[in-house]
Amino acid sequence: MSTHLLFKNIDEAGLATLDVYVQRGGYENLKKALAMPPEGVVEELLQSNVRGRGGAGFQMGKKLSFLPKGAMDKYVVCNADESEPGTFKDRELMQKNPHLLIEGILIAGYAAQATKSFIFIRGEYAEQAEILEAAVAEAKAAGFVGENILGSGHTQDLWVHRGAGAYICGEETGLLDSLEGRRGNPRLKPPFPANQGLYQGPTLINNVETLATAPVIIDMGGAEYAKLGTETSTGTKLVSVSGNVKNPGNFEIELGMKSRDIIEGLAGGTPDGTKIKFWFPGGSSSPVLLPEDLDLAYDFDTMAKAGSMLGSGAIIVVDDTNSVVDVALKLAKFYKHESCGKCSPCREGTNWTVKMLQRIEEGLATPMDLDILASVQEQIIGNCLCVLGDAMAMPLGSMVAKFREEFEEHIEGARARNPYPEEAAA
Amino acid sequence: MSDETQTAPVVGEIVPAPPREQAIAAFKTEPPRYAGGSRVPGWDDPVDLTKDPATIPDPATTEVPAELRAEIEDLMTRYPDPKSASIPALAAAQRLHGWCSPQAIEQVACVMRVTPGYLVAVASFYDMLDTKPVGRCRVYVCTNISCSLNGADALLDAVKGELREGDDIHARGFECLGACDIAPMASIDGVYVGPIALDEVPTLVDQIRKGEDPLPDKQLNKRRSVDPEANG
Ligand SMILES: Cc1cc2nc3c(=O)[nH]c(=O)nc-3n(C[C@H](O)[C@H](O)[C@H](O)COP(=O)(O)O)c2cc1C
Ligand code: FES
Repeated sequence: MSTHLLFKNIDEAGLATLDVYVQRGGYENLKKALAMPPEGVVEELLQSNVRGRGGAGFQMGKKLSFLPKGAMDKYVVCNADESEPGTFKDRELMQKNPHLLIEGILIAGYAAQATKSFIFIRGEYAEQAEILEAAVAEAKAAGFVGENILGSGHTQDLWVHRGAGAYICGEETGLLDSLEGRRGNPRLKPPFPANQGLYQGPTLINNVETLATAPVIIDMGGAEYAKLGTETSTGTKLVSVSGNVKNPGNFEIELGMKSRDIIEGLAGGTPDGTKIKFWFPGGSSSPVLLPEDLDLAYDFDTMAKAGSMLGSGAIIVVDDTNSVVDVALKLAKFYKHESCGKCSPCREGTNWTVKMLQRIEEGLATPMDLDILASVQEQIIGNCLCVLGDAMAMPLGSMVAKFREEFEEHIEGARARNPYPEEAAA
Repeated sequence: MSDETQTAPVVGEIVPAPPREQAIAAFKTEPPRYAGGSRVPGWDDPVDLTKDPATIPDPATTEVPAELRAEIEDLMTRYPDPKSASIPALAAAQRLHGWCSPQAIEQVACVMRVTPGYLVAVASFYDMLDTKPVGRCRVYVCTNISCSLNGADALLDAVKGELREGDDIHARGFECLGACDIAPMASIDGVYVGPIALDEVPTLVDQIRKGEDPLPDKQLNKRRSVDPEANG
């Protein structure tokens, strides 16, 4: 059996339209789910053991089961903010197969007994938002979205909500604040969104890919889905590979595939004449790994054991023509720009990290600055409402730890080029 | 949140040392001061304590274009709390006015029944909402990791270099736009193009200027999946 569940015939002409999607058996899984009790759907998702595809890797079924039962306003929010550098899988899925996502949101909404749902899509994805809006309108006209869906008694509304450009709106509570029409500042947790989320109601938030997997799980059955991948990382995963590779793009893989086969096989490896220097296994927020880690299996637990994370499934490959200091500075600038400013350790920490890396670039730093740099990272981790600061601190810390010699050489070289360091710093 | 992309010094390149005084002066430059001795732009006017607090604009005296009003009112019906519409509403006003001008904010505030201050606070948080006047056509050049590994900084410089006085174009660096597979890339009013070669930049900027379809062959939406088994 092919391991292509989400990307099956993804370029089929007209797949974004309801007609073609229904011809392929689309919305049959919604019917199947609606014929089960909601708890039955939750049970299938639990059995599938599918873990969230947005970054944290939390089990979707478990999150669903945390939602309180009973009649109240509950919400499903699809996280289509996709702003983690290196990640572009949700984009291709939404652009080419929007109805799969809509069907998944409806199945999850039925399982959660939610009456309202939103797709929070980043504002930059204008084309994808238009495609989704058209698809939602088609689904509404066909009676898949709205009141008493297909006579089941389940009512669920769905709207596409466009953001306006802010990485922090991918963080689930920042997203909720933004969706409520405010600045996207994260909230104190607990309470978690499953208890108190959008408009203080119980809210299920999942990534696009996670929700798009729901119809597949209902189709195969949770137990069958769990046979794919590894025991604790079940199923298939969309992986975005970019950076210094010959064939960048999205690939659907079975979790547990060897990382080398993804980077050097599917993505074609680095350009001729260069070698891999390091790679981010799960977006720019994941600690970097080295060429010797290429034989590790690509799944949640192996990546965690190697000191990194699978994150959003975005592999960024950096080859040996690049300086680690440059990459570190780019990275730090991104987090500085995107820090919402609510928590001091993150706001100040990202700012100082950029300044210190610039000192290194400009030849004003001494090797001692590397220790200060590392200590700033330590002071960010675990001290904020959300993990945006950690998302800079962890990869940066790993770069300094693994490439300390290169940082030191760089400091030496830059100091030698700057003729008046003492006077300038005085 | 929306500071412009800074140009990073090129590493590895040996730059001749500047004259001694100049080098020292460069490192010792005072941060800029704004009016009233303030170090923060925009905070230079003292608060006028005699002024009345800002209020929700009066519908009787605030003119709102009918289409904009209809669009915002429609947006407000989608959410249990109509305030949720503030970001899409600001985006709609920006499309009409070119930026979130005081007039645009006033109109949105009038329809949504909130204070202009509330909306300014929201708008200033988001990179795509401009609270200062800029060119109408927005060109975002991604300068994040994967794109910069493929020459994004040179691309941004080239695009800015092609601009002429009077162009109604706002070109800026942007964080990862979620299209690292076509690095280096740019978004032209939401249309993703890439990979852009440097020698294509003059054509691209010319097309943007004339309002033509930007580099049609390089548009993302024409790209097929690269996964060998996705269509098998
Ligand atoms: C700074 C930050 C940015 C995030 N950005 C995204 C994002 O763009 N898309 C996403 O799906 N999840 C993102 N997340 C993870 C979400 O907070 C949340 O864990 C996820 O949406 C849950 O869905 P899942 O369980 O399906 O993965 C981000 C988290 C943080 C801390
Ligand atoms: S790094 Fe440029 S689009 Fe992602």
